[in-house]
Amino acid sequence: MQIIKPEEVLTEYYPPLTDHEALVEANRCLYCYDAPCTHACPTHIDIPRFIKKIATENVVGSARTILEANLMGATCARVCPVQELCEGACVLGSDHKPIAIGRLQRYATDHVYERGIEVFKPGAPTGKKVAVIGAGPAGLTCAGELAKLGHSVTVFEKRELAGGLSTYGIIVLREPVEVAQAEVEMVRRLGVKIKTQMELGKNLSWDEVRSGFDAVFLSVGLGVVPAMGIPGEEHILDGLEYIEASKMNPHEMTIGSNVIVIGAGNTAVDAATVARRLGAERVTVVYRRTDREMTAYPHEYSFIKNEGVDFRFLTQPVEVISVDGRVTGLKCVRMALGAPDASGRPAPEPVPGSAFVLPCDQIVKAIGQAKPAVASLLGLETEKGYLKVSEDLETSQPNVYAGGDCVRAKGSASTVMAVQDGKLAAFAMHRKLVPSVGVAADD
Amino acid sequence: MADLTINFAGIKSPNPFWLASAPPTNSGAQVHRAFEYGWGGAVWKTIGAPVLNVSNRYGAWHYGGQKMLAINNVELISDRPLEVNLQEIRDVKRNWPDRAVIVSAMVESTPEAWREIILQIEDTGADGIELNYGCPHGMSERGMGAAVGQVPEYCEQITRWVMEVARIPVIVKLTPNVASVVPPARAAIAAGANALSLINTINSIVAVDLDTLEITPSIGGKGGHGGYAGPAVKPIALNMLSSLGVDEVVRKSGLPISGMGGISTWKDAAEFLLLGASNLQVCTAVMHYGFRIIEDLCDGLNGWMDARGFQTIDEVVGKSLHRISDFKDFDLSFRAVARINPDKCIQCNLCYVACNDTAHQCIDLVDAGGKVVLPYRYDMRSNGRHEAVSTRPEPVVREEDCVGCRLCYNVCPVEDCIEMVEVPSGRTPVTWDQLSKSKAEVTTDWEAMKRYRDEVGIDIH
Repeated sequence: MQIIKPEEVLTEYYPPLTDHEALVEANRCLYCYDAPCTHACPTHIDIPRFIKKIATENVVGSARTILEANLMGATCARVCPVQELCEGACVLGSDHKPIAIGRLQRYATDHVYERGIEVFKPGAPTGKKVAVIGAGPAGLTCAGELAKLGHSVTVFEKRELAGGLSTYGIIVLREPVEVAQAEVEMVRRLGVKIKTQMELGKNLSWDEVRSGFDAVFLSVGLGVVPAMGIPGEEHILDGLEYIEASKMNPHEMTIGSNVIVIGAGNTAVDAATVARRLGAERVTVVYRRTDREMTAYPHEYSFIKNEGVDFRFLTQPVEVISVDGRVTGLKCVRMALGAPDASGRPAPEPVPGSAFVLPCDQIVKAIGQAKPAVASLLGLETEKGYLKVSEDLETSQPNVYAGGDCVRAKGSASTVMAVQDGKLAAFAMHRKLVPSVGVAADD
Repeated sequence: MADLTINFAGIKSPNPFWLASAPPTNSGAQVHRAFEYGWGGAVWKTIGAPVLNVSNRYGAWHYGGQKMLAINNVELISDRPLEVNLQEIRDVKRNWPDRAVIVSAMVESTPEAWREIILQIEDTGADGIELNYGCPHGMSERGMGAAVGQVPEYCEQITRWVMEVARIPVIVKLTPNVASVVPPARAAIAAGANALSLINTINSIVAVDLDTLEITPSIGGKGGHGGYAGPAVKPIALNMLSSLGVDEVVRKSGLPISGMGGISTWKDAAEFLLLGASNLQVCTAVMHYGFRIIEDLCDGLNGWMDARGFQTIDEVVGKSLHRISDFKDFDLSFRAVARINPDKCIQCNLCYVACNDTAHQCIDLVDAGGKVVLPYRYDMRSNGRHEAVSTRPEPVVREEDCVGCRLCYNVCPVEDCIEMVEVPSGRTPVTWDQLSKSKAEVTTDWEAMKRYRDEVGIDIH
């Protein structure tokens, strides 16, 4: 039997650009004016500027340009769906190859983290205290931006490590844990206190937070992967936990030889990749709609097909088949697309009498996450189950702001959108906490 | 197939491309190899006075990821013994009777020294002699090279000494480190030279090292000016070449001119021919890529000549010289405006920023609805490929305000996207020369100029 070493098969997929590669690629950039890549970036990084700085070998200045707009620039360089954002908007895309913006961004940000270069300093103290609940990309960005503006910030994180999905939820092929932790450290060095294993409603009370701080930013993300409500559910593994194990404890993981992943979003792609790379002979993604409706991006779809993953579209699981506690198959029914549902996508409907069993020995579900539970806990207004926020990202309670996946009632949840929330919320909080600054703090 | 052979001042070669006198022609083995690749001729690296060289001889200017847009050097003339050079020249010529072997020479400025070297060169069977009046470093400190080329009287005197002895064609190589190359060229003609060549290298300091703060190249911590050559000097060389081509004395002399200075491709070569060179010398491009580039130099030039219907090199030589003119003879009523092809435009908007910041503010950004918009005005919450691309305005020239400066044309990265279109100005053709004679007051009085503009309808926005 082939011995698989996780540290070999789960390393970062793209190698770093060499200095020469970065220089050549940077010189290919046209330096567009009011560039479409910058518009397409949700955090509006001045991309031509940071690329030009690589071309002039001002790499620290390049990293500063990136991080001024996006404190989680090293993560975003790796996890952003660049084909849908900056690179997709590159003017060279139509006739040539778009500039490898993501990889250049990684080159510049890695440069400062690998050398321990401090790009920012904490601002002059304002005497204001802000609590941030949740140390994912939105929370860390908000905390970092506030610290740069001189506020005293404490981040409460329920997990052992800060970083949120960057730490736990994105496979090493795309983002190693060290990258997320370097960003956490950068925020810490700005004077932000990060208290881990502190969970709101458990060992952290809302009253404590409200009374001890002038403002609060909620960046709690979403809940668990919801139950499917089918017999044998207890045998189905949680996709996010599966990915987390591949990052934290890959040697302890048990990987089936014939794995089914339910769902066809980013997490499903990552879970299927882990299963394949760690030795599953066969991995099948089961999805009740078709490739046109799935939320995985086209580049993820082609990537995972190259990894050797099969797809069964229009297939709905109805029961886990097990023998003596061991999974042997997933009973499914075929689906047909009907009229559009609430999401605007055609609603899949079961085809009568079409049940069949897909043999398998491990089942992983990645069918999205539950809406944030924090709303009812804190008595906040919601919108489609997400926290309702104003233009300034303020919730229904004054001085309580929120951002990231927990407010993503519109658009798709992504790291870069969370970062933009964290940044805009920090500026809005700053304007409110220090009224004399007016709009000066805003970009 | 066009005929690429040339007869340059009596020196024949199967194509117009010669290696210039420089490191590529330092030895018999190199020249032999170059001829195997197909070079039409070679000007041997200058022989003459004894020298010693230093280490770190070449600096280079790299730009935008492109290596060696220019090279500068502090290498001297050949540091190999004279006898060795003469023997190798003799051997090469014997082996390659159909190729041009020219020997560059430079000795101290006495008639005896020049007489001796000329006789020694002729004894090798070489086809011609090039007098190196151009080396800008080292040799010039010893009263040779550019120290001669910069003073027309010296240039004439030494050429006379040479012409009294020489029985094979003599080419005088001019230095560009002068206000005008015409006086030294006329001096060479007066002394009876058979041909001219230009340009030698240009005085330059190529870089300062930002880590050590030393001059590049650093010769044990010191540096100084060296000779600048390569693609970056081509426009300077073309200008100097054409200044000879339009000079009355040079034209009447009928002396052929060997052109050099940044020739890297057949296109460069064709331009030199069009501006009056009937032979072409190449150095830096060979130092960058090796002798093999001769293949495309010939192939490309041949293809272009065939396509244009030129059958011989002579038909090309000087073909564009009659278009060289002074500003005072340009038609002030000629009008061209920039036109951007929206089907080709990729909306990099480099034309917009160039025009708006540094030219004449006559390109607008126009949105899909035809409205003029300002840059950087999208909503902070707007993002994604689709929104960025679909809402992006495109640059449009306001032709009535366009002065036809042609900056946008030059910055546009897309082939044939911006075109300079000739438009009727509605004005009678007139040159500055004519105007300043017919209305002298407009040349000194802004009020008179304003009246003239109003009268003929010139509006500068």
